[in-house]
Amino acid sequence: MSNTDTLPPADETTDVNPVGGIDQAVGDFQYDVNYEFDAGTGLNENTVRYISSVKKEAPWILEFRLKALKTFLEKPMPTHWATTDLNNIDFDKIRYYLSQGQKPKRTWDEVPDDIKKTFERLGIPEQERKFLAGVEAQFDSEAAYSNIKDIVAKQGVIFCNSTEALREHPEIFKKFFGKVIPTGDNKFSALNSAVFSGGSFIYVPPGVKVAQPLQAYFRINAENFGQFERTLIIADEGSEVVYMEGCTAPKFSTSTLHSAVVELVALKGAKIQYITVQNWANNVFNLVTKRGVAHEDAEIKWIDCNIGSRLTMKYPGVVLKGKRARGEVVSIALANDGQHQDTGAKMIHAADDTTSVIVAKSISVGQGRSTYRGQVHIPKHLKGCKNNTECDALLINTNSRTDTYPAITVRGDTHAVQHEASVSKVNEEQIFYMQQRGLTEAQAMSLAVNGFVNDLVRQFPMEYSVELKRLIDLEMEGSVG
Amino acid sequence: MSSLEIRDLHVALADSPEKPIVKGLTLTIKTGEVHAIMGPNGTGKSTLSKAIAGHPDYVITSGDVLIDGKSILEMEPDERARAGLFLAFQYPSEIPGVSIANFLRAAVQARMAEGEELDASGYYKRLYSKMDLLKIDRKFTSRSVNEGFSGGEKKRCEILQMAMLEPSFSLMDETDSGLDIDALKIVAEGVNAMRGEKLGVLLITHYQRLLDYIVPDFVHVMYDGRIVKSGDKNLALELEAKGYDWVKTELAAV
Ligand SMILES: Nc1ncnc2c1ncn2[C@@H]1O[C@H](COP(=O)(O)OP(=O)(O)OP(=O)(O)O)[C@@H](O)[C@H]1O
Ligand SMILES: [Mg+2]
Repeated sequence: MSNTDTLPPADETTDVNPVGGIDQAVGDFQYDVNYEFDAGTGLNENTVRYISSVKKEAPWILEFRLKALKTFLEKPMPTHWATTDLNNIDFDKIRYYLSQGQKPKRTWDEVPDDIKKTFERLGIPEQERKFLAGVEAQFDSEAAYSNIKDIVAKQGVIFCNSTEALREHPEIFKKFFGKVIPTGDNKFSALNSAVFSGGSFIYVPPGVKVAQPLQAYFRINAENFGQFERTLIIADEGSEVVYMEGCTAPKFSTSTLHSAVVELVALKGAKIQYITVQNWANNVFNLVTKRGVAHEDAEIKWIDCNIGSRLTMKYPGVVLKGKRARGEVVSIALANDGQHQDTGAKMIHAADDTTSVIVAKSISVGQGRSTYRGQVHIPKHLKGCKNNTECDALLINTNSRTDTYPAITVRGDTHAVQHEASVSKVNEEQIFYMQQRGLTEAQAMSLAVNGFVNDLVRQFPMEYSVELKRLIDLEMEGSVG
Repeated sequence: MSSLEIRDLHVALADSPEKPIVKGLTLTIKTGEVHAIMGPNGTGKSTLSKAIAGHPDYVITSGDVLIDGKSILEMEPDERARAGLFLAFQYPSEIPGVSIANFLRAAVQARMAEGEELDASGYYKRLYSKMDLLKIDRKFTSRSVNEGFSGGEKKRCEILQMAMLEPSFSLMDETDSGLDIDALKIVAEGVNAMRGEKLGVLLITHYQRLLDYIVPDFVHVMYDGRIVKSGDKNLALELEAKGYDWVKTELAAV
């Protein structure tokens, strides 16, 4: 199993991360929420015990959490390769658990008005509202709304939040939980393992092809509140599922931590596609561990779009465990002023004739900084493995910065590996050309950015490409003076 | 009737404002008129057209540019464009990943009132009819703006944009260069079809040949940042026959 701590080192000279300056038009709002359960700020054994008791968890889970807490406290910050901005996270000021104490809702009518207001404020277009009718939305720590699960339940699919899954499907949960990403994989996967709450659990029975994408909308809505959702998706033999995750957060005055763990298991011949489009406020530390295991002839594809946040560190990975397994990561990162997108992908080949594809595009605007870290590992004893890595960076204005750290370790001589990288700039001449046609500077930049990612976005489901385009527009509007 | 008035315009590079390129140029273009500007390389023709459009490389050190009596110099380039000014570039930019259809759609939408929605089928109908007129293959709608286009294709694409955006004033900077004889005729037909009461044209060219097809109402000779001679279409014929040396000697004699 690979370890995040072994990623190639970044240069540590500049870690200035001037937060503030940009006002995010989306998500800049808060509503009063009556938090029935609240673990207070700071993290110790009591916090973990509190969370576990509120959730009425089985003893083995508490055990698991406490062990994870120990690992978290012991592990150093990975600042030997990652940015020292991580040292600015004040773990004592973070609130580790919060629950609205609400049962998941079934119909739109039953959803409380303030939550509806929240969705409305997020500017979700009319045509997407109907989509929301089938959404499993997480309001703070707990799912606040769901109805798609009834539809897919008819096919035998289990779709619920992780708390519910632990209670109702312990045998299957326990079998796969923490197996793809062990607690000690990295400091933040350990943290998540100690305090996780919310997130989705999906089990797709053999041969079932889930027709519609399963969707979850995550939000954070409390100051200093960190979100630690835990998602586990198991696609049994020959099944297929698409999962979509969207995130948007209100603007906070102090730093906030989001640290999720997502584990995917694609059994023989199964296909999982996991799509994320997220837009965090630019004081959020977004430190997420995502990995999948693809068994024989299985396919896992991560589509990961990161916009906003103060620092995002995320390297979706696939362990290609069975013969002819296929892994793909399509990643788009946009770093605006005061933001650092440290993203990439990991492909661990562990069987013959496995294929991995990485396409990463990053956009740096103003003082924004983007870093690509890739890890492709093909050991000597394997035969016929293929990897294709392409990373492209787009710079908008000369102050922005981009770094690439591809680490491709390929041993053995029957493999085919290809790596391409490019850096391009949106120049003044292009912006002027578009402005001369009547587009504002922001519209022109937005068009250039959309053009840059266009070939990737075309692969997205319609509503997500619309969403992404809208987020890019907003981000560009904020970036011109 | 509208007018584009260039009043004693002085233009320099923003980086070195002390070195003027355009040195006091005065010209009024009314809708319905076609003016041609000819002049040797490096005289400041492109500088003039880009400065009018608001290119950030240039600064206007004195003089004014007005549309219908109102100065446009305080306006952003996109505001000038929406006010009816179009520049057909001598060297059009490439915009990777942005299709012609989407680009023009955004440009058309930018001219509509807030909240007004573009009628997509009407838009495509119009786009296709303009493309047919300019004999541009419909496949081009999905190609990225100017990316990988041949020189002539780029120029034709400029005219397509002009046709779609229906400006009041079009500054056409060497639209004829890079066009083969057939393409030249097609482009000229396209421009002639747009000619009329609603459009004023400033045609920058080196060749009389273009003026055989787009017959100008006025011809101006630009030399060292100024208009040094104006006349009707016969001036272009004279220039073709005698070359710029003739203008230079005449100037020296004054
Ligand atoms: N952005 C720029 N940077 C440096 N020099 C410039 C720039 N723009 C124009 N110039 C200079 O100003 C002068 C006028 O250039 P301009 O392109 O306007 O000439 P032109 O009349 O259009 O020539 P041509 O017939 O060759 O197109 C030239 O000497 C040119 O080198
Ligand atoms: Mg020129």
